[in-house]
Amino acid sequence: MSGTMSFAANHPANRDQAKMMNRFDITKRLVARLKHDEAVIGGIGYTNFDLWAAGRRPQNFYMLGSMGLAVPIALGVALAQPQRKVVALEGDGSILMQVGSLATVAARKQKNLAIVIMDNGTYQITGGQPTSTELGADNVAMARGAGIAQSAWAADESAFEELIELSLREDGPWLIGCRIDKEKPADTTERDPPRIRDQFMRGLGVKK
Amino acid sequence: MDDEAPGAWHEIVRDVLKRHQVKLVTYVPDNVLRPLIDALHADPFFTTFSCAREEEAVGIVSGAWMGGLRGIVLMQTSGFATLPNAIASLAVPFQIPVLMMVSERGTLGEFNIGQSLVARTMRPVLQALAVEHHTMTRLDEVEFIIDRSIAQAVATQAPCVFILSPLLTGGKVFTK
Repeated sequence: MSGTMSFAANHPANRDQAKMMNRFDITKRLVARLKHDEAVIGGIGYTNFDLWAAGRRPQNFYMLGSMGLAVPIALGVALAQPQRKVVALEGDGSILMQVGSLATVAARKQKNLAIVIMDNGTYQITGGQPTSTELGADNVAMARGAGIAQSAWAADESAFEELIELSLREDGPWLIGCRIDKEKPADTTERDPPRIRDQFMRGLGVKK
Repeated sequence: MDDEAPGAWHEIVRDVLKRHQVKLVTYVPDNVLRPLIDALHADPFFTTFSCAREEEAVGIVSGAWMGGLRGIVLMQTSGFATLPNAIASLAVPFQIPVLMMVSERGTLGEFNIGQSLVARTMRPVLQALAVEHHTMTRLDEVEFIIDRSIAQAVATQAPCVFILSPLLTGGKVFTK
Protein backbone atom coordinates (compact mmCIF):
# COMPACT_ATOMS: atom_id res chain seq x y z
CA MET A 1 0.00 0.00 0.00
CA SER A 2 1.80 3.09 -1.16
CA GLY A 3 1.05 6.25 -3.03
CA THR A 4 -1.46 8.86 -2.04
CA MET A 5 -3.83 8.30 -4.96
CA SER A 6 -4.39 4.61 -4.29
CA PHE A 7 -4.67 5.40 -0.59
CA ALA A 8 -7.42 7.94 -1.09
CA ALA A 9 -9.34 6.10 -3.79
CA ASN A 10 -11.33 3.77 -1.54
CA HIS A 11 -12.43 6.33 1.02
CA PRO A 12 -15.40 8.70 1.11
CA ALA A 13 -14.82 11.95 -0.71
CA ASN A 14 -16.40 13.97 2.08
CA ARG A 15 -17.90 13.88 5.56
CA ASP A 16 -21.48 13.38 4.35
CA GLN A 17 -20.54 10.09 2.68
CA ALA A 18 -18.95 8.62 5.82
CA LYS A 19 -21.02 6.34 8.06
CA MET A 20 -21.97 7.80 11.43
CA MET A 21 -20.13 5.66 13.99
CA ASN A 22 -19.91 5.63 17.80
CA ARG A 23 -16.95 7.23 19.59
CA PHE A 24 -16.60 4.64 22.35
CA ASP A 25 -16.88 1.79 19.86
CA ILE A 26 -14.18 3.11 17.54
CA THR A 27 -11.97 4.12 20.48
CA LYS A 28 -12.10 0.50 21.66
CA ARG A 29 -11.29 -0.66 18.12
CA LEU A 30 -8.28 1.67 18.09
CA VAL A 31 -6.99 0.59 21.50
CA ALA A 32 -7.37 -3.09 20.57
CA ARG A 33 -4.93 -2.54 17.70
CA LEU A 34 -2.16 -1.00 19.81
CA LYS A 35 0.37 -3.80 20.24
CA HIS A 36 3.63 -1.87 20.57
CA ASP A 37 3.05 0.54 23.47
CA GLU A 38 1.98 3.28 21.08
CA ALA A 39 1.35 6.62 22.80
CA VAL A 40 -2.16 8.08 22.64
CA ILE A 41 -2.99 11.70 23.44
CA GLY A 42 -6.69 12.20 24.26
CA GLY A 43 -8.02 15.70 23.57
CA ILE A 44 -10.27 17.45 26.05
CA GLY A 45 -13.78 16.39 26.89
CA TYR A 46 -15.56 13.32 25.65
CA THR A 47 -12.67 12.32 23.38
CA ASN A 48 -10.45 11.46 26.34
CA PHE A 49 -13.36 10.28 28.53
CA ASP A 50 -13.94 7.44 26.08
CA LEU A 51 -10.20 6.77 25.83
CA TRP A 52 -10.18 6.43 29.62
CA ALA A 53 -13.24 4.17 29.45
CA ALA A 54 -11.57 2.00 26.79
CA GLY A 55 -8.96 0.80 29.32
CA ARG A 56 -6.13 2.26 31.40
CA ARG A 57 -2.98 2.23 29.33
CA PRO A 58 0.14 3.83 30.85
CA GLN A 59 0.90 5.16 27.36
CA ASN A 60 -2.30 7.25 27.35
CA PHE A 61 -2.26 10.96 28.15
CA TYR A 62 -5.55 12.61 29.10
CA MET A 63 -5.83 16.36 28.63
CA LEU A 64 -7.80 18.40 31.13
CA GLY A 65 -8.02 21.78 29.45
CA SER A 66 -5.78 23.50 26.88
CA MET A 67 -8.39 22.84 24.19
CA GLY A 68 -6.87 22.13 20.79
CA LEU A 69 -3.45 20.98 21.97
CA ALA A 70 -3.78 17.21 21.47
CA VAL A 71 -2.02 17.36 18.09
CA PRO A 72 0.83 19.61 19.31
CA ILE A 73 1.36 17.44 22.42
CA ALA A 74 1.39 14.32 20.24
CA LEU A 75 3.86 15.97 17.87
CA GLY A 76 6.14 16.72 20.82
CA VAL A 77 6.02 13.11 22.01
CA ALA A 78 6.67 11.94 18.46
CA LEU A 79 9.71 14.23 18.15
CA ALA A 80 11.08 12.97 21.47
CA GLN A 81 10.56 9.29 20.66
CA PRO A 82 10.85 8.78 16.89
CA GLN A 83 10.77 4.98 17.24
CA ARG A 84 7.33 5.02 18.88
CA LYS A 85 4.06 5.58 17.03
CA VAL A 86 1.97 8.37 18.51
CA VAL A 87 -1.77 8.87 18.03
CA ALA A 88 -3.60 12.13 18.68
CA LEU A 89 -7.33 11.78 19.36
CA GLU A 90 -9.06 15.09 18.85
CA GLY A 91 -12.59 16.43 18.48
CA ASP A 92 -13.88 18.55 15.62
CA GLY A 93 -14.33 21.64 17.79
CA SER A 94 -10.86 21.24 19.21
CA ILE A 95 -9.05 20.81 15.90
CA LEU A 96 -10.85 23.85 14.50
CA MET A 97 -9.29 25.83 17.34
CA GLN A 98 -5.74 24.79 16.42
CA VAL A 99 -6.03 23.96 12.74
CA GLY A 100 -2.65 25.57 12.06
CA SER A 101 -1.03 22.67 13.93
CA LEU A 102 -1.91 20.44 10.98
CA ALA A 103 0.38 22.56 8.79
CA THR A 104 3.16 22.24 11.38
CA VAL A 105 2.77 18.44 11.42
CA ALA A 106 2.88 18.37 7.62
CA ALA A 107 5.94 20.60 7.51
CA ARG A 108 7.75 18.31 9.98
CA LYS A 109 6.80 15.26 7.85
CA GLN A 110 6.40 13.49 11.18
CA LYS A 111 6.54 9.82 10.21
CA ASN A 112 5.44 8.35 13.54
CA LEU A 113 2.29 10.45 14.02
CA ALA A 114 -1.36 9.66 13.32
CA ILE A 115 -4.27 12.00 14.03
CA VAL A 116 -7.82 10.72 14.55
CA ILE A 117 -10.60 13.31 14.45
CA MET A 118 -13.84 12.43 16.24
CA ASP A 119 -16.34 14.61 14.40
CA ASN A 120 -19.93 14.82 15.62
CA GLY A 121 -20.41 18.37 14.38
CA THR A 122 -21.08 19.73 17.86
CA TYR A 123 -19.51 21.20 20.93
CA GLN A 124 -21.14 18.30 22.74
CA ILE A 125 -19.87 18.83 26.28
CA THR A 126 -21.13 22.42 26.38
CA GLY A 127 -24.65 21.63 25.25
CA GLY A 128 -24.46 20.53 21.63
CA GLN A 129 -23.94 23.82 19.84
CA PRO A 130 -23.04 23.17 16.16
CA THR A 131 -19.42 23.44 15.06
CA SER A 132 -18.61 24.61 11.56
CA THR A 133 -18.06 20.98 10.44
CA GLU A 134 -21.83 20.54 10.82
CA LEU A 135 -22.18 23.55 8.55
CA GLY A 136 -19.87 22.39 5.78
CA ALA A 137 -16.24 22.52 6.92
CA ASP A 138 -14.36 19.28 6.18
CA ASN A 139 -11.50 18.33 8.52
CA VAL A 140 -9.99 15.84 6.10
CA ALA A 141 -9.95 18.36 3.25
CA MET A 142 -8.41 20.93 5.61
CA ALA A 143 -5.70 18.44 6.59
CA ARG A 144 -4.94 17.72 2.94
CA GLY A 145 -4.81 21.43 2.29
CA ALA A 146 -2.37 21.79 5.19
CA GLY A 147 -0.11 19.24 3.50
CA ILE A 148 -1.06 15.96 5.23
CA ALA A 149 -1.58 14.02 2.00
CA GLN A 150 -2.45 10.79 3.80
CA SER A 151 -5.78 12.08 5.13
CA ALA A 152 -9.05 10.18 4.70
CA TRP A 153 -12.55 9.74 6.04
CA ALA A 154 -13.26 6.31 7.49
CA ALA A 155 -16.20 4.93 5.49
CA ASP A 156 -17.26 2.64 8.34
CA GLU A 157 -15.85 0.66 11.27
CA SER A 158 -13.92 -1.85 9.19
CA ALA A 159 -12.45 0.93 7.07
CA PHE A 160 -11.41 2.69 10.28
CA GLU A 161 -9.62 -0.46 11.45
CA GLU A 162 -7.84 -0.74 8.09
CA LEU A 163 -6.75 2.89 8.27
CA ILE A 164 -5.48 2.50 11.83
CA GLU A 165 -3.53 -0.64 10.90
CA LEU A 166 -2.04 1.22 7.95
CA SER A 167 -1.11 4.25 10.03
CA LEU A 168 0.59 2.06 12.65
CA ARG A 169 2.51 0.13 10.00
CA GLU A 170 3.50 2.75 7.42
CA ASP A 171 5.16 6.14 7.65
CA GLY A 172 2.92 9.11 8.40
CA PRO A 173 1.80 11.65 9.11
CA TRP A 174 -1.77 10.34 8.86
CA LEU A 175 -5.15 11.87 9.55
CA ILE A 176 -8.28 9.77 9.87
CA GLY A 177 -11.65 11.49 9.97
CA CYS A 178 -14.40 9.69 11.91
CA ARG A 179 -17.97 10.88 11.71
CA ILE A 180 -19.53 9.99 15.05
CA ASP A 181 -22.91 10.19 16.77
CA LYS A 182 -23.81 12.27 19.80
CA GLU A 183 -23.81 9.50 22.41
CA LYS A 184 -22.57 10.37 25.88
CA PRO A 185 -19.13 8.96 26.81
CA ALA A 186 -18.89 5.67 28.71
CA ASP A 187 -17.05 7.11 31.72
CA THR A 188 -15.35 10.24 33.07
CA THR A 189 -11.55 10.63 33.26
CA GLU A 190 -10.12 10.99 36.75
CA ARG A 191 -8.99 14.60 36.99
CA ASP A 192 -5.55 14.18 38.58
CA PRO A 193 -3.02 15.89 36.28
CA PRO A 194 0.26 15.08 38.11
CA ARG A 195 -0.72 11.40 38.31
CA ILE A 196 -1.70 11.33 34.62
CA ARG A 197 1.60 12.92 33.63
CA ASP A 198 3.69 10.73 35.91
CA GLN A 199 2.08 7.49 34.70
CA PHE A 200 2.41 8.60 31.08
CA MET A 201 6.15 9.31 31.51
CA ARG A 202 6.63 5.89 33.10
CA GLY A 203 4.59 4.34 30.31
CA LEU A 204 6.96 5.94 27.81
CA GLY A 205 10.02 4.73 29.70
CA VAL A 206 11.15 8.27 30.55
CA LYS A 207 10.81 7.64 34.29
CA LYS A 208 11.61 4.36 35.96
CA MET B 1 27.91 47.21 19.92
CA ASP B 2 28.76 44.47 17.48
CA ASP B 3 25.93 41.91 17.62
CA GLU B 4 28.16 39.17 16.20
CA ALA B 5 30.98 39.60 18.72
CA PRO B 6 31.70 36.58 20.93
CA GLY B 7 29.53 36.72 24.00
CA ALA B 8 26.52 38.41 22.39
CA TRP B 9 23.33 37.70 24.36
CA HIS B 10 22.05 35.21 21.78
CA GLU B 11 25.30 33.27 21.81
CA ILE B 12 25.18 33.00 25.59
CA VAL B 13 21.56 31.80 25.42
CA ARG B 14 22.42 29.22 22.78
CA ASP B 15 25.37 27.89 24.76
CA VAL B 16 23.46 27.62 28.06
CA LEU B 17 20.57 25.82 26.35
CA LYS B 18 23.05 23.40 24.84
CA ARG B 19 24.74 22.76 28.16
CA HIS B 20 21.36 21.86 29.67
CA GLN B 21 20.44 19.57 26.78
CA VAL B 22 17.55 21.80 25.69
CA LYS B 23 17.46 20.48 22.13
CA LEU B 24 13.98 21.39 20.91
CA VAL B 25 13.13 25.00 20.03
CA THR B 26 9.64 26.00 18.90
CA TYR B 27 8.87 29.61 18.13
CA VAL B 28 6.68 32.25 16.62
CA PRO B 29 9.17 34.69 15.18
CA ASP B 30 10.12 38.13 16.42
CA ASN B 31 12.58 40.62 15.01
CA VAL B 32 14.61 40.99 18.20
CA LEU B 33 14.86 37.20 18.52
CA ARG B 34 16.14 36.86 14.98
CA PRO B 35 19.86 36.46 15.78
CA LEU B 36 19.02 33.78 18.35
CA ILE B 37 16.64 31.99 15.98
CA ASP B 38 19.28 32.15 13.24
CA ALA B 39 21.95 30.78 15.58
CA LEU B 40 19.71 27.90 16.68
CA HIS B 41 18.73 27.01 13.12
CA ALA B 42 22.41 27.04 12.17
CA ASP B 43 23.37 24.58 14.92
CA PRO B 44 22.45 20.93 14.23
CA PHE B 45 22.39 20.24 17.98
CA PHE B 46 18.97 21.92 18.00
CA THR B 47 15.70 20.95 16.33
CA THR B 48 14.26 24.39 15.61
CA PHE B 49 11.01 25.24 13.85
CA SER B 50 8.23 27.80 13.77
CA CYS B 51 4.62 27.15 14.78
CA ALA B 52 1.35 28.76 13.77
CA ARG B 53 0.57 29.87 17.32
CA GLU B 54 2.38 30.14 20.64
CA GLU B 55 -0.08 27.72 22.31
CA GLU B 56 0.88 25.12 19.76
CA ALA B 57 4.56 25.72 20.52
CA VAL B 58 3.87 25.19 24.25
CA GLY B 59 1.94 21.98 23.50
CA ILE B 60 4.83 20.59 21.45
CA VAL B 61 7.42 21.37 24.13
CA SER B 62 5.12 19.85 26.78
CA GLY B 63 4.73 16.62 24.83
CA ALA B 64 8.45 16.49 24.13
CA TRP B 65 9.24 16.84 27.86
CA MET B 66 6.98 13.93 28.69
CA GLY B 67 8.75 11.95 25.97
CA GLY B 68 12.16 12.75 27.43
CA LEU B 69 13.26 15.70 25.29
CA ARG B 70 13.83 19.18 26.73
CA GLY B 71 12.55 22.22 24.84
CA ILE B 72 11.99 25.96 24.93
CA VAL B 73 9.40 28.26 23.31
CA LEU B 74 10.49 31.62 21.84
CA MET B 75 7.99 34.44 21.28
CA GLN B 76 7.33 38.14 21.72
CA THR B 77 5.10 39.77 24.35
CA SER B 78 1.96 39.81 22.20
CA GLY B 79 2.39 36.07 21.71
CA PHE B 80 2.74 35.50 25.42
CA ALA B 81 -0.67 37.14 25.82
CA THR B 82 -2.22 34.16 24.02
CA LEU B 83 -0.79 31.69 26.55
CA PRO B 84 -2.51 32.00 29.97
CA ASN B 85 -4.87 29.08 29.27
CA ALA B 86 -2.14 26.74 28.09
CA ILE B 87 0.05 27.60 31.07
CA ALA B 88 -2.80 27.37 33.59
CA SER B 89 -4.36 24.16 32.25
CA LEU B 90 -1.34 22.27 30.91
CA ALA B 91 2.11 23.32 32.14
CA VAL B 92 1.22 24.21 35.74
CA PRO B 93 -1.28 21.50 36.76
CA PHE B 94 0.56 18.70 34.94
CA GLN B 95 3.87 19.96 36.43
CA ILE B 96 5.71 20.29 33.13
CA PRO B 97 8.84 22.50 33.08
CA VAL B 98 8.04 24.39 29.89
CA LEU B 99 10.79 26.93 29.27
CA MET B 100 9.71 30.15 27.58
CA MET B 101 11.70 33.12 26.34
CA VAL B 102 9.88 36.36 25.58
CA SER B 103 11.28 39.26 23.61
CA GLU B 104 9.85 42.25 25.45
CA ARG B 105 7.99 44.71 23.29
CA GLY B 106 5.77 47.53 24.48
CA THR B 107 8.27 49.46 26.59
CA LEU B 108 11.40 51.64 26.36
CA GLY B 109 10.60 53.21 23.03
CA GLU B 110 7.63 51.24 21.71
CA PHE B 111 5.98 52.81 18.67
CA ASN B 112 2.96 50.45 18.36
CA ILE B 113 0.17 51.21 20.84
CA GLY B 114 -1.14 47.65 20.55
CA GLN B 115 2.20 46.31 21.71
CA SER B 116 2.44 48.77 24.58
CA LEU B 117 -1.03 47.81 25.86
CA VAL B 118 -0.73 44.05 25.56
CA ALA B 119 2.71 44.09 27.17
CA ARG B 120 1.15 45.32 30.41
CA THR B 121 -0.70 42.01 30.81
CA MET B 122 2.43 39.86 30.88
CA ARG B 123 3.79 40.27 34.43
CA PRO B 124 0.34 40.37 36.09
CA VAL B 125 -0.50 37.06 34.35
CA LEU B 126 2.80 35.51 35.44
CA GLN B 127 2.25 36.73 39.00
CA ALA B 128 -1.35 35.49 39.06
CA LEU B 129 -0.21 32.04 37.98
CA ALA B 130 2.82 32.17 40.30
CA VAL B 131 5.09 31.26 37.39
CA GLU B 132 8.81 31.86 37.95
CA HIS B 133 10.05 34.62 35.63
CA HIS B 134 13.14 36.74 35.27
CA THR B 135 13.79 39.86 33.25
CA MET B 136 17.28 39.96 31.81
CA THR B 137 18.67 43.47 31.35
CA ARG B 138 22.45 43.01 31.32
CA LEU B 139 24.81 40.78 29.42
CA ASP B 140 26.62 39.68 32.58
CA GLU B 141 23.46 38.23 34.18
CA VAL B 142 22.15 36.21 31.22
CA GLU B 143 24.13 33.04 31.80
CA PHE B 144 23.52 32.93 35.55
CA ILE B 145 19.77 33.50 35.26
CA ILE B 146 19.19 30.93 32.53
CA ASP B 147 21.58 28.35 33.94
CA ARG B 148 20.10 28.43 37.44
CA SER B 149 16.50 28.73 36.25
CA ILE B 150 16.61 25.74 33.91
CA ALA B 151 18.01 23.65 36.74
CA GLN B 152 15.24 24.90 39.04
CA ALA B 153 12.48 24.36 36.46
CA VAL B 154 13.54 20.75 35.96
CA ALA B 155 14.07 20.05 39.66
CA THR B 156 10.74 21.58 40.71
CA GLN B 157 8.77 20.48 37.62
CA ALA B 158 7.56 24.02 36.98
CA PRO B 159 7.49 26.30 33.93
CA CYS B 160 9.82 29.31 33.74
CA VAL B 161 9.77 32.48 31.65
CA PHE B 162 12.82 34.47 30.57
CA ILE B 163 12.05 38.03 29.53
CA LEU B 164 14.56 39.71 27.21
CA SER B 165 14.51 43.42 28.07
CA PRO B 166 15.34 46.02 25.40
CA LEU B 167 18.11 47.03 27.81
CA LEU B 168 19.77 43.72 26.92
CA THR B 169 18.83 43.32 23.26
CA GLY B 170 18.48 46.91 22.08
CA GLY B 171 14.81 46.18 21.36
CA LYS B 172 13.03 47.21 18.23
CA VAL B 173 13.76 50.79 17.27
CA PHE B 174 11.27 53.22 15.78
CA THR B 175 12.49 53.87 12.25
CA LYS B 176 9.37 55.07 10.43
